[in-house]
Amino acid sequence: MKLQDRRAWLNGVVGYVSAAGSVDELFRSAYHHYNIDYPKFFKMDNLCKLAFLSAEILLRGTDTLQKYPSEEVAIILENASASLEYDQKHWESIRDRNKYFPSPSVFVYTIPNIMVAEIAIRHKVKGENAVFILKQFDPGFIYHYVSELFRNQQVSCCLTGWVECYGDHYQSFLFIVEQEDEIKRFKALQEYVIFSTLNMEKLFKGRSI
Amino acid sequence: MEDLILKLKKEIIDQLQMEGIAPEDLDAEAPLFGEGGVGLDSIDVLELVVLLDRNYGMKIRAPKEEGPKIFYSIKTIAEYILDQQKK
Repeated sequence: MKLQDRRAWLNGVVGYVSAAGSVDELFRSAYHHYNIDYPKFFKMDNLCKLAFLSAEILLRGTDTLQKYPSEEVAIILENASASLEYDQKHWESIRDRNKYFPSPSVFVYTIPNIMVAEIAIRHKVKGENAVFILKQFDPGFIYHYVSELFRNQQVSCCLTGWVECYGDHYQSFLFIVEQEDEIKRFKALQEYVIFSTLNMEKLFKGRSI
Repeated sequence: MEDLILKLKKEIIDQLQMEGIAPEDLDAEAPLFGEGGVGLDSIDVLELVVLLDRNYGMKIRAPKEEGPKIFYSIKTIAEYILDQQKK
C-alpha cells in the first residue's frame, strides 16, 4: 500500500486520487472517501493521520491480522522526520514564558511511536513495535529487523514499512509480512510477494516485481 | 448563562477538534466523559484545563478534587466560570 502524490495505491492499483490543495485537506478527504468512522482521527497530527489512513487502506476487507494472536502481530515502521512538525508546534507554545500554554493534545504527538500506538489501538495489535528514524527508506534494515523477529518466534505477522510526513511532504509505504507456509508457498507467484530487500525496493519505487 | 454555554460549546469544539460536530449537537447537561455522554478522554480534560486558563484566566488548583465536579458537563463548567467571576 502506498500513499503519496495525492494518490493511494493498493497492490499496485490506484484506489484513490485527490484534488486536495493541502495535506490537511487530502487526509480529510481520504478519510471520507474510505468511509472511515473514527472521530479520534481528527485529533491526530498529520504523521499519525497518514499512518492511520495507510493502515486502514491496507487492512480494509482483509482478516490478515485477525488470523494471529494479537500478541504475535508486530508493527515496525521507519521514517525520517520523526515527529518534528509537532515538536516545533509544541516548542512554539512554550518558548514565551508570558504566553506559556502548552497543549496536552499537541504534546502527546511529540514522539513518532504514537503512530504505531494509533494503529495498534485501532486494530487491536499487542505485539512488538518500534519506529526507527533513518535518512531514507531502508529496505535492508526492515528485512533484517523483521526477519530477526520471525526467527526468534516473537511474531507471526508484521505490519511494516515507511511513514514520513513533514510539512507538505508525505509518503507512506506499508505492507504485511507473514510467515511462509505450504499454502503461501504454493500461491506465492500469484498472490504473495517474497519478502526481500530487492522486492521492497522495487515496490517502493513503483517498479514491477 | 445561555450565552456562556454557547460560547463554551464553540470553544470546546474548536479546542478538541471535534470534526462534524455543531454547538447544537452538544447537550450542555450531558456528562463529558464516559459512555453515554460526549465521550471525551483524559487528554481532552487537560485541554479543557488549558482552555479555562487561557480563555478565562482560571487555574484549577486541585484538579483531582475539583476536576470531576467542574468538568462533569458543559453546564457545570459554565457555572464554575460564573462563580469564579463573582469572586
